[in-house]
Amino acid sequence: MNKAGERLFNGLIKENPTFVLMLGMCPTLAVTTSAMNGLGMGLTTAVVLALSNMIISVLRGIIPNRVRIPAFIVIIASFVTVVQLLLEAYIPALNTALGMYIPLIVVNCIILGRAESYAYFNGPIPSLFDGIGMGLGFTFALTCIGAVREILGAGKIFDIQIMPDSYTPIGIFVLAPGAFFVLAALTAFQNFLKNRRARAGKPYEKIQSGCSEDCMNCSDKGCSKRFYDDSKSKVEEKAKETTDKKEAVETKTEKIEEAEEEKELEVVDLEKEDK
Amino acid sequence: MDNVKELLVILISSSLVSNVVLSQFLGLCPFLGVSRKIKTAAGMGTAVIFVITLASAVAGVIYKYVLQAFGIEYLQTIVFILVIAALVQFVEMFLRKAMPSLYEALGVYLPLITTNCAVLGVAISNVQKEYDILTGVVNGFATSAGFTISIVILAGLREKMEYNDVPESFKGMPTVLLTAGLMAIAFCGFSGLL
Repeated sequence: MNKAGERLFNGLIKENPTFVLMLGMCPTLAVTTSAMNGLGMGLTTAVVLALSNMIISVLRGIIPNRVRIPAFIVIIASFVTVVQLLLEAYIPALNTALGMYIPLIVVNCIILGRAESYAYFNGPIPSLFDGIGMGLGFTFALTCIGAVREILGAGKIFDIQIMPDSYTPIGIFVLAPGAFFVLAALTAFQNFLKNRRARAGKPYEKIQSGCSEDCMNCSDKGCSKRFYDDSKSKVEEKAKETTDKKEAVETKTEKIEEAEEEKELEVVDLEKEDK
Repeated sequence: MDNVKELLVILISSSLVSNVVLSQFLGLCPFLGVSRKIKTAAGMGTAVIFVITLASAVAGVIYKYVLQAFGIEYLQTIVFILVIAALVQFVEMFLRKAMPSLYEALGVYLPLITTNCAVLGVAISNVQKEYDILTGVVNGFATSAGFTISIVILAGLREKMEYNDVPESFKGMPTVLLTAGLMAIAFCGFSGLL
């Protein structure tokens, strides 16, 4: 039980997928035009995340290591389809508001990231609570961003007018550019905290996000790094590997030829004996 | 004639007016991650055009002749994501064997595109907007062309800004996001085109 509580805290605060890990940015930017949409998207993702985490954890002994990613994707896609059909049936308003971003939960990197880094190595109950914690953390973050954008852009929160009438809404915050500005402010704040911690001698710890780095720093440390820094050395490595393989193949063929020659000699010997 | 006009409208609206990155927020990871140099950005853009156009054609055919024929449209999410992942793998293998020079140019970008939400996004929006196969392919091409336009522009701006003196907290991603926001405002201007 203690472990479950720890996982919930971890997902909500310590490793919050949006504010700390910076994962799943596409839906974060796209659907946070209002607090309500953010809440709806967050809860939908949370349900999918918790269920897929649990099922992947249950099946982790059966799924072969080599095909684990396609297997994860099929499991996640199944749950997304189920959730989408349920939303269509029972909350059609939310379904139309979120539109195509519901099927796109499949490619949300939080879900695959948690499957890769947690559910595949831990038991079903901790994985379930890890999913719930991460999902609630995502919901919390989306609702906050949605609320900020709604207050600035429309003077409302959850459709209730809170700003005085004299406030002129900054319409751009509800539109697409506003999402970029809010996220820019958020990452700047995160950088500020990171720099302050680094100066205090507490460097920013590596977090298990499934990838080695969050998506915002992808070009410097993450998977996109190879396009800039070690692309050359990688190509060279590959070339080396292929030449090594070729050499190995050549030695093999030589061995085979030798063996064949030996056989022929033996046959000749046998023939001589027969005579 | 009407048909051509409709395709032209889709071409403009998908590539400029409702730009896939700047107004729909799809494919944001490569947009932010692979936009430090114009050359790599252009390579990524070309690979995306190639894959999305092909994927929207394949997804369109599968939707019409398999999913609709058997009445199992609700399986579209699962089927599309698997088809796209398999397609990217297949394209990678095919290019490596048949066109090594093209593979050299695009090969490194292909694995990254498998998880690019823009590919799945185009396939799904083609279905939701009830496009036929040809219109779907045009929509796919226009969407990916829009992606290429915006990633190349962003890369150009980032090259210019590389050595600018920005406040410490705003170094790196925040500046890029602000730039993207300003680009999004600029792209809002295209809405007058239609």
